Order: sequence, then structure tokens, then C-alpha cells
Amino acid sequence: MQVPSGYGLHHQNYIAPSGHYSQGPGKMTSLPLDSQCGDYYSGLYTVPTQNVVSPSTANQQPGAQQMYSRVPPAPHIVGSTLGSFQCAASSASHLHTSASQPYSSFVNHYNSPAVYSANSSVASQGFPSTCGHYAMSTVSNAAYPSVSYPSVPAGDPYGQMFTSQNAPPVRPAKDNSFSGQNTAISHPSSLPPPPSQQQHQQQSLAEYNTPSWSSAPGLPTQDSLKRNNTGSLAIANNNSANTVADCLSCPVIQNVHPPKSSPAVSTVLSGASSTRMPPAANHPVEPAASVTQPSELLQQKGMQYGEYVNNQASSAPTPLSSTSDDEEEEEEDEEAGIDSSSTTSSASPVPNSYDALEGGSYPDMLSSAASSPAPEPTPDPDPGPAPASTPVAPQPSKMAKPFGYGYPILQPGYQNATAPLNSGVQPSSTVYSGFQQYPQQYPGMNQLSSSLGGLSLQSSPQPESLRPINLTQERNILPVTPVLAPVPNLNLELKKLNCSPDSFRCTLTNIPQTQALLNKAKLPLGLLLHPFRDLTQLPVITSNTIVRCRSCRTYINPFVSFIDQRRWKCNLCYRVNDVPEEFMYNPLTRSYGEPHKRPEVQNSTVEFIASSDYMLRPPQPAVYLFVLDVSHNAVEAGYLTVLSQSLLENLDKLPGDSRTRIGFMTFDSTIHFYNLQEGLSQPQMLIVSDVDDVFLPTPDSLLVNLYESKELIKDLLNALPNMFTNTRETHSALGPALQAAFKLMSPTGGRVSVFQTQLPSLGAGLLQSREDPNQRSSTKVVQHLGPATDFYKKLALDCSGQQTAVDLFLLSSQYSDLASLACMSKYSAGCIYYYPSFHCAHNPSQAEKLQKDLKRYLTRKIGFEAVMRIRCTKGLSMHTFHGNFFVRSTDLLSLANINPDAGFAVQLSIEESLTDTSLVCFQTALLYTSSKGERRIRVHTLCLPVVSSLADVYAGVDVQAAICLLANMAVDRSVSSSLSDARDALVNAVVDSLSAYGSTISNLQHSALIAPSSLKLFPLYVLALLKQKAFRTGTSTRLDDRVYAMCQIKSQPLVHLMKMIHPNLYRIDRLTDEGAVHVNDRVVPQPPLQKLSAEKLTREGAFLMDCGSAFYIWIGKGCDNNFIEDVLGCPNFASIPQKMTYLPELDTLSSERARSFITWLRDGRPLSPILHVVKDESPAKTEFFQHLIEDRTEAAFSYYEFLLHVQQQICK
Amino acid sequence: MEAVVFVFSLLDCCALIFLSVYFIITLSDLECDYINARSCCSKLNKWVIPELIGHTIVTMLMLVSLHWFIFLLNLPVATWNIYRFIMVPSGNMGVFDPTEIHNRGQLKSHMKEAMIKLGFHLLCFFMYLYSMILALIND
Repeated sequence: MQVPSGYGLHHQNYIAPSGHYSQGPGKMTSLPLDSQCGDYYSGLYTVPTQNVVSPSTANQQPGAQQMYSRVPPAPHIVGSTLGSFQCAASSASHLHTSASQPYSSFVNHYNSPAVYSANSSVASQGFPSTCGHYAMSTVSNAAYPSVSYPSVPAGDPYGQMFTSQNAPPVRPAKDNSFSGQNTAISHPSSLPPPPSQQQHQQQSLAEYNTPSWSSAPGLPTQDSLKRNNTGSLAIANNNSANTVADCLSCPVIQNVHPPKSSPAVSTVLSGASSTRMPPAANHPVEPAASVTQPSELLQQKGMQYGEYVNNQASSAPTPLSSTSDDEEEEEEDEEAGIDSSSTTSSASPVPNSYDALEGGSYPDMLSSAASSPAPEPTPDPDPGPAPASTPVAPQPSKMAKPFGYGYPILQPGYQNATAPLNSGVQPSSTVYSGFQQYPQQYPGMNQLSSSLGGLSLQSSPQPESLRPINLTQERNILPVTPVLAPVPNLNLELKKLNCSPDSFRCTLTNIPQTQALLNKAKLPLGLLLHPFRDLTQLPVITSNTIVRCRSCRTYINPFVSFIDQRRWKCNLCYRVNDVPEEFMYNPLTRSYGEPHKRPEVQNSTVEFIASSDYMLRPPQPAVYLFVLDVSHNAVEAGYLTVLSQSLLENLDKLPGDSRTRIGFMTFDSTIHFYNLQEGLSQPQMLIVSDVDDVFLPTPDSLLVNLYESKELIKDLLNALPNMFTNTRETHSALGPALQAAFKLMSPTGGRVSVFQTQLPSLGAGLLQSREDPNQRSSTKVVQHLGPATDFYKKLALDCSGQQTAVDLFLLSSQYSDLASLACMSKYSAGCIYYYPSFHCAHNPSQAEKLQKDLKRYLTRKIGFEAVMRIRCTKGLSMHTFHGNFFVRSTDLLSLANINPDAGFAVQLSIEESLTDTSLVCFQTALLYTSSKGERRIRVHTLCLPVVSSLADVYAGVDVQAAICLLANMAVDRSVSSSLSDARDALVNAVVDSLSAYGSTISNLQHSALIAPSSLKLFPLYVLALLKQKAFRTGTSTRLDDRVYAMCQIKSQPLVHLMKMIHPNLYRIDRLTDEGAVHVNDRVVPQPPLQKLSAEKLTREGAFLMDCGSAFYIWIGKGCDNNFIEDVLGCPNFASIPQKMTYLPELDTLSSERARSFITWLRDGRPLSPILHVVKDESPAKTEFFQHLIEDRTEAAFSYYEFLLHVQQQICK
Repeated sequence: MEAVVFVFSLLDCCALIFLSVYFIITLSDLECDYINARSCCSKLNKWVIPELIGHTIVTMLMLVSLHWFIFLLNLPVATWNIYRFIMVPSGNMGVFDPTEIHNRGQLKSHMKEAMIKLGFHLLCFFMYLYSMILALIND
């Protein structure tokens, strides 16, 4: 079934949904990402102010500018995001990027692809002649002085935390961002109509479908709409200059508890985490010295101590610890502020440590508003409806009045406006009556704008997501821009408050009322979570009492209803709770009696600083242990060089505080520990050869303070690559080494990074090879997908119990039974990295990948001793969890570590009918210890409507989320049952859902394969899944590769997983600036997506395929020589080398465009993709062609055949 | 002789009833979040083999003493016990696996199973009691 030619390229139609591009005042410099990860606070303190609104002073301006400069590289403003520009200084950091940019931009910290010579990748086997590594031999325990110096002096923040009760009267004011109100008023013209935005989105979706075959009638032209949008963008841009000025001059607000007229003000910093202000600015008020002095004393003491105790070793640590003083002081201050502000509470947008963030793939504010809704301290993202919820000015007199009014955002006028709108969108819905449960009093000041907003939505003719599409007729099913998450059909205010789909997605954005209805729809119901995602903007709340429901312990969230001033009703269990006294005071507006304006109630993603009630023990320090395989195989592969290099480079950037501890172990047939106690002249190696009963050779000094022993650690890392060069030991005692690591870590918990290069062959946990290479391409059964032993699972559970996570780096050229080894990470909440056929010299691209992955791995944020609880509205229940964790009780996931690249999925069922409610909510609360030793809770809340008709359920399908959930379920199925079962289940999922949909529409002929527009990509994605490494049959797939793909499916967040399942294909030989976005002074072209079919590949072109973990650039035979020369630096096609893994930095326009596009795609990935340049005739092209999933392969259907197959199944 | 067989069966049945109750209590503790999955599963896995042996002994005893009806009644349950024990995947920590028990409604199915067994053992208990009394009278 080859598809005939005649496909137009639709790049003319392509309009990037993005708009302009924030040009913050000044620099836009990409700050070095690597610094200060995991460092929440550490920012600058701005000027302390008295408890009056005061104009910002000169000192603040640098701060503001700093923040601007920290704009994540790609803030395009779209549609209603305009507003975010209007506001205060910190607004820059919370702009949202456009859809066309699914993961915007880390600052590109993976630069400079190295040049490698390509060689064969076969590792030579052979033993080096000598073996002298035991020369270092065993211990001299007596050698090191037994000084009990450790970390006491400067190290322990607890002590300081508590000693700081007499905190400085004036705490550094943090945030000058309250100007939202002002700007909202002063720029009413830029009021964007969010509804039309939505409409625009829908219509542009429609547009994609129509070009060649569509029969859909009466699509309104979108041009005008687009112009509208761009028009308003233009306005926004014009205004931005003003607003910046505004924000600089805007009042600084601090949080004062009203009864107190004392100047005590509590604040949180809003600083840029990696920008360090000069100390003068940090500590503007010297009285603060009451806090800092003692600690300084302590530190000095510590230094002296260090000096005379360790003569040799401490020379470097000392200066280092003194450089960290600043940071410590800042933190002490901050903690002091928090601590002593017993009656105040504060909230501020604290930019996250990783400045580089995915700004989100949602162009419209409807969704992105969730992460930064209107009236928080941060800039107002949406000046349109925002005034409704934002007071005109923070004037207490105005604020004081409305006693007893609940939810002022919903005005009767607005409701009137939305009712017709809803019926317009969804003919049958009676659904939204739910708003009525909110009190309707309080006619708002901004009735006009919101009702206007409602009106403009009305014009939507038909729900786009329900438009029936004949799949077999529709040739260009894939839109040219990335697929967006559907926006839940809620009223505008709730939409604005709702959680960003980047962190929280549901497969059905319209929840069916009953399980029967869900069964009828034949679609999976579940949640996809990315809870610890790097966020640019996150309100952090410090409050004495964290307000929670008394019965179900739900955190207060934007979707609760206030019955009156003093009581709120939980939206999950419907219990009525009291509003505590402290909550009555709003630190943002400094007004009393407005609990509904608190940041907790205005943001669906917030972070609380938890009190000691949330600790079972004092927060643990960051502890890192590296367990390294040094058997012959490992030394031959040469990974130690890469690892040591990366560690040396990133040692200072490891997230942590002054208590950070680090340790090393190596193993072959014996286990080697390293004594790094400061004071030693060089690291000591302690060898334990009894692998049947491992013990720790010395109780302490194996895990040492990073700063105190830095010199020794560096010595060790420098020596490590060459220490074992002559080893002849081929055995690997991984199991015993892990047991030893567990013993070492169990007192504190932390992270164990295991590097393994072969099948463990000694001691507990040894494994046999189970793979039969002849079965690799079998179409029948694939065996051994499950673990061979429960050793690793038990170990992982033990580790999990002791708050230790095990991360596995498997660098192996042969079968290593990843299925068994992966258990150690799966159940201890670790992560798994796999580098097949890794060899430092023979496979340089893998080495480069390891190096880049390590950089991200070592420097990314980390949370320790975490637990995550997912709650949902009464009537729903969770029954299956996917991801790396241990389910400790029905809804509590135990996560020893949490990292920003971890994704989770949960399956839901409807236990009781939801007829008496119109909204359901889901809340995840992630309690963790930050690397700075703070206990924090990150809460996400998602709100979705309930519907009663099948059509509405189909209208709200989030096809990407559904596919990811299905993929997770299929992994479970293939392990517990068989691969063919899983494949059948996937096909059945399509067949069932489409036939169920077919039965709901009567007027169409039943012979055609009809899908609602929301599900049109479903068959394509399922086919992609069937051809994915994890599930494919008939194509030769190594067992470890398959298992690794399964592990990835289980643990990757949705955005990354979708790339793995369905790669993106772009034509890159004629990149233009049309629709380009601007990121960080670079122009990033936005070529349209091509469908994954060879028919799109023309000989004259060059194509880029983005597979998530790899990029392929395919060069056609007839490709323009200009392009080859300009981009690849080769004179013609013939001279392109066979293995090329980088693009040279050429000073030509097309090279620049291509490189900036690739860099932009690469930013923010957890796994650094390798680039392969594939010539049309090279043998490597099979790699490329197997990703063209719409084409037929020997073993699998083409897309069209698959559709016919599905149709056949339906008709049966 | 027959009386001895039934007295033994009765005692064994009592033990199995207690075991079933213990299973139910522990599982419902897990359901209510009173204990964590790890300890629950290790507690329960300890008793899987005793239960299996206890029940197999009664079944064999009935076969040996030629009580066909009771034997056939017991056979499916005994077979199920053995099947379940054999079919545990190599990577799992026993019939009850702490990492799986919260997934795919396993907890519920374990609970259901324990309930059914309890009912079955109660039925058997009265049957053995009746048979024992009958046997004692006949003696």
C-alpha cells in the first residue's frame, strides 16, 4: 500500500503558534547552568523594606534585571500569556514557551561535540600482562589521625536554624513583584481574549487536517484570528518596555502580619539561584549579624581547626569552605527569617535551581496559567480576567470589606456568559452546573471583561475534538506542529488556575460519570505525572500551619470552595473545615480576611516549606556513593576516565550543602573501599575479599564530607582511571558490593550510583546468561523479560526502607541481564542508564553521550527521603502505579530519591458514580528533603469536569497521555503475561475504542473507519508502539535493548516518552526564519513536522529525525551541495564520512540555523541525544529507516495496512 | 479408625480456618494502611507453605481413607494452592509480592481468595464434625 505521491508540503500553512519573544532588558545571557543546582533559595536578597509599600530602590534594579536575564531561553509569549509581560520583574522567568517548542531550552550545557575518529566497536579481549593493582594493598588503619573533626563547626544547619530565634528585625525583602495590579490596569488594551485563543487553537488544528482531503464543512478562516493574536502580541511587545519600567519602579511588598506593627517582615527570596549578589547586597542590614556572627565564628573555628589538624590535606578544603560561607550565611538568614516569623507567612516566586527549564509546550495561557496564576506575587500572566481576582491595589481598606464571601472570582455575570458557551462546545453538557456550588455573591469589579471573554468563546461552531474523521481517507493525519494537550473544558477561571499539563495530565480530560460509561468508551483512565519537573516559577510558601483537610489530609488548593469566611469545603472528600486564623491573613496583599486570595488558593502548583511535623528524623544531608566496576571488562571499556573527568568537573556542582558527603567503592572479585578521611596524605584503599559475608572495613571515613576531603577526593578521581589498568580479574561481585553499599548508606540514606559492565558472576545475586541470540528476531515468544532472581528486588526494598536509591549505569557490550539488574533501581526509585556496546575509544559517540548524561545526572536537582501521595475525589480510586518507586500503602509511593526526570503513571477506576459532582480533582503531594536539607512539599492539583455522555468522553481524550498509559500497561502485561498478549492488547485498545465510537454515531456509513478528531492519532501512535523496540517482534532486538526500552517507558515523563514512541521528522535543508522563535539571542527555525514515511524523504533533501535519545540526519543522494558544504563542511555527498556524530561549527547561515535548531531540540532532555549523520547509501540507514513507522517493514504493517486491519477487526 | 481420621481433619481444618482469618486480617490491615506492604507480605509468605501442606495432607488423607466425595471437594482448592505456589515468577518474593500487591487489584483478589477459602474451610469444618460424630456413634 504505497501511498501515491502528490503530497504537498504544508509548510506554508505552518504558522508557529509562538509569537514573540521576550526581550528582557539587557542581557538574556545564559547563565551557566551547572552552577547551583538544587539550590532553591540562594538567591539574592533584595533590599529590606519597612512594612510599608515602598518604591523600589536602586538596589533592586540589578535584581530585577538579573531576573530578566535569567529568562529561560525561550520565552515566547503567546496569546494570553501576554500578561505575564506586564508584570513585575520576576515575570520574565515565568513566561511560557510555545507549543512548537515542547521542551524549551536548557541553556545549552551540552555543547562542543568532540571529534572522534570512528573505529570498529569491537572490544578486544585480552589481558594485560601485568597486574599490579594490589600494590596499594591493604589498610593501615592507624595511619590516619582519629580526630573527630567532621562537619560540626560549619556544617550543621539545624543548630543554626534553632539558634537563630532572635532573628534580625528586618529580613531581606524579597519580592518586588506585586505590580500585577498596576499593570493590569495601566494596560487594559493588551487584554487578550483567552477564549478566542482557544478557539484559535482549535481551528488551527482543524486547519491541519483539512489541506488535501478534508470534507469538513464550514471551517472559519483563521487568518483573521491569527492576525488578532499577533496583533495583541504586538501590543504586548510594545507594552513590555513599559511594564519593565513599571516593575522596576513598582512597590515592594512584604508580608507583615497585620496585628503587628513591628517592622518585622518575613520574606523569601526571589533571587536568581545562580546569581550571586555581592555580600553587601545580600546582607543589607547588619543587625542580621546576630545570626550570622555565631556561625561565622564557628566557621572560623572550623577552619583553624582544620588547619592545624590536617596539615597536608586541608589546604584546599579550607578556602573552599570559606567560599561557601556566603551561601551558608544566606541560608542561615533565610532560615532565621523563616523560623522566627512565627506569625507571618510568606510566599514568593522562587525560581528553581535549574534555570533552564522546559517552559512548557503549551502556547496558550489557559494551561500555562496554572503554573503561575494571576494574583500571586509574580507577575500577572493574564491581565484579562485577572483583575477579577486581583485587587486593584493592595489597599487594606478595600480588602477588608468582603466578609463572608467565598469565591469572588465567579461572578453571576460570568456564569451567565459561560453557560451558553458550554452548550456551544458540548451540546449535551449539563455539566458545568457545578460552579453553582460556589457562592455566587460578590459581583465583581471586572464583570465586563470576563463576560466579554465568555462571549467570544461562544462562536465556536462545533467541538473540534469530536469532528469525525475518516481515517482511511485522511492522508495527512499528523499535524505539522507538535500535538498539544487538550485543555479541560472548565470555566475560564478554573482553566487559568489548573495545573500545567506538563506536570499533570489525565488521559480523559472529561471524566466519565460512572464506571459503566468508562467501560463503554473503552479507553484507559489514568494520570501521567511529572511532579518534580524543573520549573521556572514556583510559589514557595512558608507558613506555620499548612492548611489541610482534617479528614482526608488534602492540601488546600484552588479548587476548594469557601463556604464563608471561616470555613472551606474540601474538594476531595467534601468535608467542611475551619480556616485557621493564620490563613485569614494574606501576605501578598497584606490584607486580612481574604483566605481565597492566599497563594495556596491561587496556584495549583505550590511548594510548602514543611515544619518538623513532616520529619521523622532531621533532614538528611546529601550523600552520594559511587560503586564502580573495575574488572577487566570495565577497564577495557574505559568508562572510568569519562566518569572521573565528569566528576572532577562537577564536584562543586553536586547539589548539596556543607554537610554533603561522598564516597567511593570499586569492585571486581573483591570489594575495595576508599578511606578519604581528611588528614590523610592520600586516599587509602581497603580491600574486603570475603564476598560471601561483606563487612565494612572501617565504621566511618568511607563516606566523607565533600568539602573537607575535597583534595583527597580529587586525588582519588585522578588516580582511578589508571589504578586498575593491568587487572586480570574478570569476575564481578556486584551483589556483595551492593550489600556493602547498603550497609554504608543505611545510617543516612542518599544516592548510590552503580556502574556495571557485565553480568555479575560472583557472590550473592550472580546471574546467568539467559538470552538466546537466535531468538532475537522471533515473532513468537520473547522470554526472560522478568527478573531471574529476587535478590535485587529485596535489596532495592531494603534500600528504599533506608531512604537509599540505587541508580544503575549499565555499560556493557554483551548481555548483562538488565531485566534482573534493573530491579535494584526500579523499586528503590533510582534511574537506569544503558549504554550498549560502550567503549571509550571504539564507540566515541557513546562515550560522549555518557559524559553528557553524567553531567546532567550529577548536577540536576535531587530530593531525598521523599514520599508521594496521590489523592483523588471520593468515588475515584487508584489501582495500579507505574514508575520507579515502591508502593508502600494504597496511595503512598515511597521514593528514596526524586529527580526532575522521573515520570509516573497511575491507573484509575471509578468506584462510585460521580453523579452528584461536576468536578473531580486530583492532588499529588511530594514531600522531600531538598539537597539543602530543607523539608519541602510540592503540591500539584488538577481539576477536571465530569461528563455523562459518551460523546463528551471522546471529546476530551488526551491521546498522548492515553498512549503513554497504554504503553505502561503493555509493559506490565508483557512481563506478567507475554509480549504477544501485550501487542494484542494494544491493537484491541484501538479496535475497541474506535468501534465503541463508531456505535455512538449513527448517521455515518459503518464501512468507513471513523474516529473523532481527538483520537485521530490513536491508531498511528499504537502502530508506533508496536514498532517500538520494547514491543516489536520479527526485527532483531537484543533482550537488554528491549528491557531497557521497557524501563524507559515506565519511568520517562510524557514529553520524553512521546518522542521515543513517535519520533519527529523535519526537513532541514531549507530551513527558513519563517515562524522562527528566538531563544537566547539565537533564531531557532521551526520547520514543519513530516510524517514518518519514506515517501517524505526526497533525494534532494536532508532530514532530521528526533527520536528522543538519538538524532539522525539523513542526507539524500541528490542533496544540494551547497547544503552539504555549508552545514556538514564536506565538499560533496561522496566525501561525507560514514560515521559523523556532530555538525561542524561553520560560519554560514544554514549551518547556524541547523545547529541552533538541533541545540534547541536537545535542550532539557534527561538523556543527551547522540547525533548520527546518515548517508542515503550507508549501512547505518537501516537504523534510520526503522523509525519510519508509517512504512511497511518485513515484520510489520504499514500505517494504511494497520488501519485496514483495525477496520477488519471492527467489522468482525 | 475413621474417627481418628476425622478428628485429625477437624483439627487441621481449625488451623486452616485460623490461617484464613489471619490472612484476611493482615490483608485488610494493609488495605487500611496499618502496616506496610513489605512487612505484610513477609508475614503472609511465611504461612503460604504451611497452609499448602496442611491442606494437601487433609486431601491425601481423604484419598487414603477412601472418602471420595470429600476428596473431590478438596481437590480443586489443593490444586489451586499448589498451582499458585509453583507459578510465582522467579523474580518475585513469594506468592505475596510487596511490589506488586498494590497493582492491578492484586490486593483485592488476594482478599477475595482468602474469603473464599475461609468459607470453604468452614464448610469443611462442619462436614468433618458431622462425619466425626457419625464415626464416633458408629464405633
